[in-house]
Amino acid sequence: MAQLELRSISKSFRDQPVLRDISLSVPNGSFTILLGPSGCGKSTLLRIIAGLDSQTSGQVLIDGNEVDRLPPAERDIAMVFQHYALYPHLSVRDNLAFALKMRRVPRHVIDDRVAEAAHLLEIQPLLDRKPKDLSGGQRQRVAMGRAIVRKPKLFLFDEPLSNLDAQLRTSMRIELKKLQQRLRATMIYVTHDQVEAMTLGDRIVVIEGGRIRQADAPQQTYTAPADPFVASFIGTPPMNLWEGLLTMQGEESLFTSGDLTFPLPAQLLPSLPPQASTLMLGIRPEDITWQHAPPSIQVDAQVELIEDLGADLLIHCRVGDRKLVARADRNTDITAGMGVPIFFPLHKLHLFIEQRRVDLPTTLPT
Amino acid sequence: MNRRLLLAGGILSTVGLSLLPFLWFLLTSFKSQTEIEAAPPTWWPSGSLGFYRTALFDHHLFDYLLNSVVVAGSTTVVALLFAIPAAYALARLSIPGKQGILAVLLCVSMFPQMAIAGPVWRLLDALGGLNHHWGVVLPYVALTLPLAIWILASFFKELPPELEDAARVDGCGPWSTLFRITLPLATPGIFTAAILILIYAWNEFFFALLILTQPEQQTLPVGIALFQGEFTMPWGELAAASVVATLPLIGVVLVCQRWIVSGLSAGAVKG
Repeated sequence: MAQLELRSISKSFRDQPVLRDISLSVPNGSFTILLGPSGCGKSTLLRIIAGLDSQTSGQVLIDGNEVDRLPPAERDIAMVFQHYALYPHLSVRDNLAFALKMRRVPRHVIDDRVAEAAHLLEIQPLLDRKPKDLSGGQRQRVAMGRAIVRKPKLFLFDEPLSNLDAQLRTSMRIELKKLQQRLRATMIYVTHDQVEAMTLGDRIVVIEGGRIRQADAPQQTYTAPADPFVASFIGTPPMNLWEGLLTMQGEESLFTSGDLTFPLPAQLLPSLPPQASTLMLGIRPEDITWQHAPPSIQVDAQVELIEDLGADLLIHCRVGDRKLVARADRNTDITAGMGVPIFFPLHKLHLFIEQRRVDLPTTLPT
Repeated sequence: MNRRLLLAGGILSTVGLSLLPFLWFLLTSFKSQTEIEAAPPTWWPSGSLGFYRTALFDHHLFDYLLNSVVVAGSTTVVALLFAIPAAYALARLSIPGKQGILAVLLCVSMFPQMAIAGPVWRLLDALGGLNHHWGVVLPYVALTLPLAIWILASFFKELPPELEDAARVDGCGPWSTLFRITLPLATPGIFTAAILILIYAWNEFFFALLILTQPEQQTLPVGIALFQGEFTMPWGELAAASVVATLPLIGVVLVCQRWIVSGLSAGAVKG
């Protein structure tokens, strides 16, 4: 167990910046998720923490000690790789014991630790097999076991579940969560899967373009995304985002996006900039309502397509020349081709000005 | 069904064609002198071992065999000692101009031996390597290295780099990673390279003839070639000696075959 601190880490490959000024503090015993689209730099950041890559500038501190000059082996970290990286010429038992043997841990301690990890992961019957005789899920367990026997300060996971099929991924996800709660270990977990991120983490660090976009509790990243990227990246289907121009006409503020113009209610005024500026308006599909429930914004939508997800429906509409996706109850009588009024409850709106979230007035009735 | 028949016929005729000369030599080696000279030829030998006796004892075949073992064996070991680190570095480390290095290596291996024979002889003369086994081992190593490095580099490149990352996290330095993880996984590549080097060094005739002029140092190909007398061509002895020279190589290849199984790294990554 340990705490990790990153101080303005930057990394460039051949003058191409991959990470820009990443500062992050990971508290002891937390499960931190590095989430982002592929190529955002999250795996590079993990490799820098592990010591497999070196940063261009900045420091990595584990338990307050700078570790930048230490090779991976001396940082007391364990890493679970995307493709498991089991040693194919060694049995499961030897795979588990390898790191301990390299550290010259006494034989009987190794045996105890291997037995303990095998018991925890329920892989005792596999100990004498070679990796090639294991299924994907079993290999994943062995890979985790190899990290557990070390009792490291820090566990690093590099998209460990991405190679498993959907069903196995779900069950391994639950096991991993239980494991973390049991070991109370500090874990850093890289993924591009927002479901994994939301369910596993205590904290999600959203990375895009080599920068931290938001570092927050999972629920926060969903209910209060810090910028339009986080808003569109977290949540399926993604949040509806309309970029538009805000103009004042007398006492009224008008929002114009494409060929669509509608007035913004007076309640929002405290949050809006005083003069004309560009504004991004967001609403999640599940927050759109079909009945008038003030205070809300009303627009007229043309229903284009309905997707039946089983539990509910996804309604794809057009509002003016803007597209919109709304989630609706199965029992709704909306059909494709009809025009319907839809409502955005004010307290569910997300406003972004110059790529930053603007908080709505707290006085808004919910 | 017809396609399978065609395929089987193709395979049988190809194998038969390449085996025929060997078979003829094998048969000849068990014949007697009269059977060899008989017209029409005798197909099936009487099973005489006379030629083996003369080849082994009168023509010192054992000495040549021993020389070949020494020369080919040390060539293989020395070439691998250099090729393994070189190939690993070229496959894994970020070396400026490494594609260029590999290209130059390939070019070097394409030089005709005849073109470099003179300089090599002069060089070895100056170094005092003429009529010494190391005098042939040196050019053999130089000539086999490019191929060995190419084979090994492509093997190392195919090993998942994640394994080496895992080894580093687990506490291995570069050398222990090489010996504990990379080499065990590259065994098929190492054996493939080793066998190719061994076959080259075992069969090489030209440099051996040039550099080893004393019968005490000569290797099998040279020794056998010098069997012929001034007026006679001892076909029987040649056949017997060729069989004796080929058997060790076949043996080594058969034994090593079980190591040249690819897919040894199966199960390392998702697979």
